[in-house]
Amino acid sequence: MAYSDKVIDHYNNPRNVGQMDKSSSEVGTGLVGAPECGDVMRLQIKVNPETQVIEDAKFKTFGCGSAIASSSLATEWVKGKTVAEALAISNTDIVKELALPPVKIHCSVLAEDAIRAAIGDWKKKNNVTETAAATTAAH
Amino acid sequence: MSDNGMIVTESATALPAGVHLPIYMDNHATTPLDPRILEAMMPYFGAKFGNAASRNHSFGWEAEQAVDKAREQIAKLIGATSKEIIFTSGATESNNLALKGIAEMYRERGNHIITQVTEHKAVLDTCKKLEKQGFRVTYLPVQADGLIDIEDLKRAIDDKTILISIMYANNEIGVVQPIREIGQLCHEKGIIFHTDAVQAVGKIPVDVQKDNIDVLSLSGHKIYGPKGVGALYVRRRNPRVQISEQINGGGHERGMRSGTLNVPGIVGLGAACEICSQEMEAEAKRETELRDYLKNKLENALDYVHVNGNMEHHLPGNLNMSFVYVEGESLLMGINDIAVSSGSACTSATLEPSYVLKALGLGDDVAHSSIRFGLGRFNTKAEVDYVSDKIIDVVSKLRELSPLYEMVKEGIDLTKIEWAAH
Repeated sequence: MAYSDKVIDHYNNPRNVGQMDKSSSEVGTGLVGAPECGDVMRLQIKVNPETQVIEDAKFKTFGCGSAIASSSLATEWVKGKTVAEALAISNTDIVKELALPPVKIHCSVLAEDAIRAAIGDWKKKNNVTETAAATTAAH
Repeated sequence: MSDNGMIVTESATALPAGVHLPIYMDNHATTPLDPRILEAMMPYFGAKFGNAASRNHSFGWEAEQAVDKAREQIAKLIGATSKEIIFTSGATESNNLALKGIAEMYRERGNHIITQVTEHKAVLDTCKKLEKQGFRVTYLPVQADGLIDIEDLKRAIDDKTILISIMYANNEIGVVQPIREIGQLCHEKGIIFHTDAVQAVGKIPVDVQKDNIDVLSLSGHKIYGPKGVGALYVRRRNPRVQISEQINGGGHERGMRSGTLNVPGIVGLGAACEICSQEMEAEAKRETELRDYLKNKLENALDYVHVNGNMEHHLPGNLNMSFVYVEGESLLMGINDIAVSSGSACTSATLEPSYVLKALGLGDDVAHSSIRFGLGRFNTKAEVDYVSDKIIDVVSKLRELSPLYEMVKEGIDLTKIEWAAH
């Protein structure tokens, strides 16, 4: 499959690979996909409790080049954003940025889901309700 | 290189002697044309351009003579006689002609066909078509090692069974079926036995007499000959097999397959068989050694790898290996100067992993992690060293990136996780 230079770059030089302490209250972990589907993504965010800004992000992905690139890009994009801003990242943005072919749109959906799952985990740990997050975002 | 030491495809160091990139190690898909075969073919593109069916001048006679020689070369390789060789455009056509031609011809005797789930699509799709025309087809399962259970085959036979089609050697996992036993069973029961021998002919000894084969498909481009030419062996006695023609017009090839013969291609196929007759034994030994060397090197350097398919009944040049917790396509991406094939179908529209690997009972996750190496006549030990080093390097790096590998290393049971399947 002919990939865009951006996919190849993320594959060759994946950003933010690694893991953070799952048990920390500042860390949210999202694990999406399934081994039998050929892709599993784990995306983690570290959120500043005061500002709700995502200060760090890490990922590990089992999957094709597009899946690796999508999750690598997702970690880059969420860093420095507030939780609410990160929730606004959509899979179509990822598709556009990486110029993913139609058959690989699935990978971008997975990356979006991973961001949402990580944020969801963080919210659950910190008892942040949807409205509270929205209020924060409105500031 | 990034801070985590991820894949760098451009090698900064000079290549070892004898290694030229890209390396071709996908010889099940097709083989490069042997220069000796090209040389044999060349005159038939030029001065010797006659139509083998032109019986009234020297151009035609010259072509016919060349075709007859090829028929003998092919027949000799598989223990047949030259009159039993029908030329086709390749093994897909051979398989179609065999299955459809036999089904049509013997329909009054019965409508039941037996094949197996790991056949090539050229057989499976043809069987599906025959089902639509009222034939019953039994698709035998295979065991975990890829071999059929002969008892399953015996149980599947009934009084309406007219044809059994079982491939000689599998194109993905390289396992060699118990052909002689199947052939014997067919002959005892009066059932026609067809085998798609496209991966076996020229690689391992195939003998239609000893193996009790009635109809056999082979192809030129899998044995270092040209593409677009193949043959069908059709037994003439004990029993005499009849096949109804699927392409009409002119009655070429004993009326079984009309169409002007592809003389240069046929000359190439003949030359390919001639070389195999002479060199097969030595070549098989060399490829087996290279294959085992590759296998041992990978197994010694990496954990969580396993080999697919029975290694005792196996093609010399085939190695199908699963690198668990690494996805096949991303592995191929990291070794883009090496041509191999992935059991993961992530590049196709369906995203379904190989049906052959799944038939062995492999989970989708492992099937997604599999690579097929196809060693051939022109691969060298230096290439195998380069390929194995590179695979080890890329698998290790991708596992650093794999959440599954990390979890397994931490002692987490992946089967206990509730995955959100997409």
